[in-house]
Amino acid sequence: MSTRAQRRRRSGRLMTGLTWTAATVAIIPLVIILAHLLVNGLGQLTPTFFTQLPSPPGVHGGGVANAIVGSIILVAIAMTIAVPVGVGAGLYLAEHRRGRFAQVVRLLADVLSGLPSIVLGIFAWELIVRPSGHFSAWSGGIALGLLVLPLVARATEEMVRLVPVALTEAALALGFSRWRTSLTVVLRTAMPGIVTAMLIAMSRAAGETAPLLFTAFGNPFWSLDPARPIAALPLQIYAYAQSPYDEWRAQAWASALVLLILVTIISVAGRAVVRARAKLLSAVTPRVGRVDA
Amino acid sequence: MRETRVTNAAAPHVRLVHLSAGFAGRSVLRTLTVEAPAGRVLAIVGPSGCGKSTVLRCINRLHELDEGAFVSGEVEIGAFPVYASTTNVVALRRRVGMVFQRPTPFVTLSVFDNVAAGIRAQRRDIAQGEMESLVEVALQRAGLWREVVDRLFGSAMALSGGQQQRLCIARALAVQPDVLLLDEPTASLDPMGTQRIEELLYDLRDTVTVIMVTHNMQQAARISDVTAFLLDGGIVECAPTRQLFTTPSDARTEAYITGRFG
Repeated sequence: MSTRAQRRRRSGRLMTGLTWTAATVAIIPLVIILAHLLVNGLGQLTPTFFTQLPSPPGVHGGGVANAIVGSIILVAIAMTIAVPVGVGAGLYLAEHRRGRFAQVVRLLADVLSGLPSIVLGIFAWELIVRPSGHFSAWSGGIALGLLVLPLVARATEEMVRLVPVALTEAALALGFSRWRTSLTVVLRTAMPGIVTAMLIAMSRAAGETAPLLFTAFGNPFWSLDPARPIAALPLQIYAYAQSPYDEWRAQAWASALVLLILVTIISVAGRAVVRARAKLLSAVTPRVGRVDA
Repeated sequence: MRETRVTNAAAPHVRLVHLSAGFAGRSVLRTLTVEAPAGRVLAIVGPSGCGKSTVLRCINRLHELDEGAFVSGEVEIGAFPVYASTTNVVALRRRVGMVFQRPTPFVTLSVFDNVAAGIRAQRRDIAQGEMESLVEVALQRAGLWREVVDRLFGSAMALSGGQQQRLCIARALAVQPDVLLLDEPTASLDPMGTQRIEELLYDLRDTVTVIMVTHNMQQAARISDVTAFLLDGGIVECAPTRQLFTTPSDARTEAYITGRFG
């Protein structure tokens, strides 16, 4: 006869087993992708892969230096747009929580973040590429910036809302003006969370292909000119993977691996910031009924 | 005798006249009139939810920041009308310091910068030496200087709860306010921390007009000159502390201070 304690232990073990299985299933695709990338791409990852330009089909060697630099330029343009506008908008949303305008902006931001990314590419094409008559890094960067803008805005809003009201009131009671309170107390306290959101936005922007197809377009040569077409890692992968040449297809894998490494670096940095933030938050938590003075 | 001490001309009286306040559809204060004498400690006691904190928040106009808040009536600090249409709220709050129930140090700033924050907000170009001496004086007045002198540039969050609260008092005092509002400043502290803050408030007498909300009847009796008993948003009785606690004139006051309700 099983006692209640035995039954509880058994169902406890069963649930632990089920959740363990679910967790394992969840990481299987990631492990497979990673293994596949390593098997197919690692062989191509020579130092010259990071330093050279793509070589024509049939010529051995060549690299994706221009695509790495191009991706960095595109992400930099995107963040230059998304960070100031997104943080400002997020601050507005958090401070005017129930205003009609804030509600409309919040709704639109959510719609914008649900928009298929290729739509943003078409938008940037219509807005910049067509009038200017040529593809450019500007248009690609702007498309990526618009893509991550709602992400930065909503994350900033959430982080600012986590700042205790008591802190804002303390600053106001001290004779801080509204803007000084927002900038020096609220934003500074929320900064670690906002930085994390920016890093996530950067990873997102670095990995997007669709908005770049008819904006940045890609470029097999060196180009640092934002007014000209520019190479980008996702575009390089897209172009190489479709090519009929075995060497290019192998380089597509290697490029994907490079992209993965870049994104991993960014998110590890993000995690480090999150840890610092957790430390900070545990310090903020009010200490009620403390025994020492 | 406390009553014979000379008051400082700089410390103004605070007068609340027919003050009503509340939130949309809910009235908290009902045409309340009370006066805090210049350079003295006024204690406001009363059961939870009677509007004690709202009284304080009407004096430095924090109340109106809450959603749906309304205020009517008058508040005067000396001859300064708090609710006049020409009143600069930021300037008002620079004259009126406030300390909250729980410590609210600025989490990203050091001990020094916490105290300096208010001064920096008011005076753009201040010499480093002057700033240092102002911060030191404020920390000494709050009785915290000796405990933090070797970690002025460490995080304020590393201090204990009681030290954080005294840091907040130092931060409020650093800008040399005329009035100090305290909302149950010792509610989250232990007896030692409480005692230090009470001693500090006693020392502030004459230079600052103190208005303190407290739940703690003994505390009100220990450190205040005048006590106001607040019930359901109205003043039941306001009298010199000793008189209110020994010979209250209203039956409800007597019932409350003897612990029969609240």
